[in-house]
Amino acid sequence: MALLDVKDLSVRFDTPEGEIHAVNGVSFSLEKGETLGIVGESGSGKSQLNFALLGLLARNGRTTGQAMFDGKNLLSISERELNKIRANRIAMVFQDPMTSLNPYMRISDQMAEVIMLHKGLSKRAAIAESVAMLDAVKIPDAKNRVRLYPHEFSGGMRQRVMIAMSLLCHPEILIADEPTTALDVTVQAQIMELLSELQREFGMATILITHDLGVVAGFCERAIVMYGGRIMEEAPVDPLFETPTHPYTRGLLDAIPRVDEEQEALRAIPGNPPNMTGAPKGCPFAPRCGFADERCRIETPELLTFGEDRARACFRPIEEVAA
Amino acid sequence: MVIDSQKMKSLAEATSREDVAGRSLWADARRRFFSNKAAMFGLVLLVFVTLFALFGNYIAQWSNEEIDFSVMGMVAEQGGPSIANGHYFGTDDLGRDLFARTVQGTQISLAVGIIGSAIAVVVGTIYGATAGYFGGRLDNFMMRAVDILLAIPYMFVLILLLVMYGRSITMLFVGVGLISWLEMSRIVRGQTLTLKGREYIEAARAIGVPAPVIIRRHILPNLIGVVTVFATLLVPNMILTESFISFLGLGVQEPMTSLGALISEGSGTISYGTLWQLAFPLLFFVLTLFGFFFVGDGLRDALDPKDR
Amino acid sequence: MIVYILKRLAIAIPTLLLLIIFSFLLMHAAPGGPFTQERELPAQVLANLNAKYGLDQPLWKQIASYIWGIVAHFDFGPSFVYKDRTVNEIIAQGFPVTLTYGGVSFVVAVVAGVTLGAVAAVKHNTIIDYFAVGVSIGAQVLPNFVMAPILVIVFTLILGWLPGGGWRFSDPSYWIMPVIALSTSYMASIARIMRSSMLEVLNSNHIRTARAKGLPGHRVIWRHALKPALLPVISYLGPAFVAMITGSVIVDIYFSTGGIGKAFVDSALNRDYAVMMGVTILVGALTILFNLVVDIIYGWIDPKIRY
Repeated sequence: MALLDVKDLSVRFDTPEGEIHAVNGVSFSLEKGETLGIVGESGSGKSQLNFALLGLLARNGRTTGQAMFDGKNLLSISERELNKIRANRIAMVFQDPMTSLNPYMRISDQMAEVIMLHKGLSKRAAIAESVAMLDAVKIPDAKNRVRLYPHEFSGGMRQRVMIAMSLLCHPEILIADEPTTALDVTVQAQIMELLSELQREFGMATILITHDLGVVAGFCERAIVMYGGRIMEEAPVDPLFETPTHPYTRGLLDAIPRVDEEQEALRAIPGNPPNMTGAPKGCPFAPRCGFADERCRIETPELLTFGEDRARACFRPIEEVAA
Repeated sequence: MVIDSQKMKSLAEATSREDVAGRSLWADARRRFFSNKAAMFGLVLLVFVTLFALFGNYIAQWSNEEIDFSVMGMVAEQGGPSIANGHYFGTDDLGRDLFARTVQGTQISLAVGIIGSAIAVVVGTIYGATAGYFGGRLDNFMMRAVDILLAIPYMFVLILLLVMYGRSITMLFVGVGLISWLEMSRIVRGQTLTLKGREYIEAARAIGVPAPVIIRRHILPNLIGVVTVFATLLVPNMILTESFISFLGLGVQEPMTSLGALISEGSGTISYGTLWQLAFPLLFFVLTLFGFFFVGDGLRDALDPKDR
Repeated sequence: MIVYILKRLAIAIPTLLLLIIFSFLLMHAAPGGPFTQERELPAQVLANLNAKYGLDQPLWKQIASYIWGIVAHFDFGPSFVYKDRTVNEIIAQGFPVTLTYGGVSFVVAVVAGVTLGAVAAVKHNTIIDYFAVGVSIGAQVLPNFVMAPILVIVFTLILGWLPGGGWRFSDPSYWIMPVIALSTSYMASIARIMRSSMLEVLNSNHIRTARAKGLPGHRVIWRHALKPALLPVISYLGPAFVAMITGSVIVDIYFSTGGIGKAFVDSALNRDYAVMMGVTILVGALTILFNLVVDIIYGWIDPKIRY
């Protein structure tokens, strides 16, 4: 049985401008120790999907569907039960390390409270654990720097702190939400390498949310491509990159500038990300899709499996798109 | 009454973003403003109070100075509100028509509020834009001066001024205007600093457009939103300040009056059972404050839509 | 932290000196001297009076000795009207009263305002929130000089529960109406500020992190949300303090509590410049001191400005 099994998960937000359908009927599963990438541009619903798993949506958000973890539906259990899972069994690393740490508390206090809460350790022991974890994420002089405030760290160091904090309880699942987006390019590589190392060392299943296909290629075994709150394509990373079967995935891959080929201009996907207000109709990618026809605009293609371990949501034949 | 500086900051940010600047911002804002019930309610109140102040005298049966000798001395028994003798709001303690006096009080209070706020707009904008645009030492000095002035208990100084230089309506305007621009200049300065960093302004400077032209063409138009909202919210504060001084008997002089002075008179006589003398001025006072408050708040929410 | 406090002090002291010099010059420039009366005084008498109060000295000497008197002996000089009383005596009589009900009002405004605002934000868009917003908007238009007569009508004239004025240290029933009148509108302002800043904080990223840690709701609020949400309230405390001291003038007049507000208005009506200046400077000094304390608290909460 899968470690995490998500079925037909949808997220809606009530706003004065209307109901926003951020995530629409998403299903996927995650095995023990697996690394799964969720790829999509901003607004594709990939972050909201994961916030929904841990009950971290904004107040006006509502969730339907189910997400089974250890025999419990994360979407319907009480806040109290959810609190036993948060950080303890499923931990999260957030996108922006500048604002995701509490600027008014020392790192020691912020880290220690996690272990004290879930493992019942004394403050002294909890701080010792925290220092050990900061060492593990390669923060130099952790023993002294644990007493500092977040603003006294650089962006990359802060993200290391975030990662250390999320690993404190040795969670079974780590969700990393664009962990490198806010960082410099050189620092990005270091952080990804660190995450990769820690993932192997701790053996936890990891969901990596990103808009960067390169990061997925280097880190994940399997990837989900999302657009307009729906899964467009799902496949192991290697075949996905070799033979994308969905027009959107193809567009994403074509948009990556390549050094080894001569290129006249960047091949961007034409058009803008969809407006998510109101109930969706048809394939969300249809307005920007070069392959779309009348049917794509009216009917919504289902995510259908094919081959051994792949799935796609598109009416057009595979041969046509993959060619 | 306080103007929430955090919300003003957020508004300043919202109105200085490039992607929303321009025509659509104002069109959207207008739509949001007119669909905001509280703001519309406030607007109705303001229209009502303004009409009352402007045309109330045409309805009044008495002038504000005439003493009705038929009720004098028996105000508690016969001076109450009555259609029959033309004292719609009753009379004051001396037998003067309270309706006419409330009309005049509303006029004065509105005038003080609007003029005080206008002074704040002019002085505060010029001062703040100058400090923000030129920056550096000048900015440091100018803003330090504002800090110091803000730390002075201005009401005491204002009363000191009124006592030493005589009580007059001009003095009151000057006094109220003197302090009202301080906060305004801070907000304008902050906004100017943000705008100054924008590419199009740097470009304008690079091709040698003189500073006053840049300020007039590029900075001031972007300040309109913040300044309008702040000025609207400042009006009730000015009215409060004037009323406070008038309540102490240091404001406008008889036979002129203001809402604060009328409230003061009314509250001095409540033990005689002449409750209307407090109730009517208080009603118009509260309506005016609510009106400006709701409109100002509505304008801000229209320009900076956030769920709060 | 010590450097930070010293920096703040370096601003506070010149501000106070400027305030003293400013009020002194203002008084000096006022049309008519302090002894100008309807009946012209004989020249010799006037000269004697001026000599007695040091008014025949050059201006800078007058200022210097005035400042020296305040700094060295906490002495604001003699009253210009009451020949046998000093400004110090007049202030000392009213100050404890003002301090008592003013302090209580301040605490009430802050505690009630913060609680109301925080609860409203936590229960955003519920009945409790609407109620709190209603109360705080309504109370905005009820400044002290409006509250005072309304309270008297209700509690003294109609219900007869509370004394309509006067002051006794030993009997808190004399305190109730002054405190309510003085604190209501500031309580409302604090509640509004607290509510909007709490809402902002509750939507911030670090609160999401705290929730992701599995902390129960109340711990998230107490440990992670309260401090940052209080910062805007703390910045408002300085202006609120000034406004409440100013409002105490109304309370003193309306409830005959006999605080320094009374001394101030009496001296304003008597043109007793010495007392007016004394009160103004005292209030200014208190304000500056208070702002200093506020700055220190702010620096203590926000590690980023502690340098």
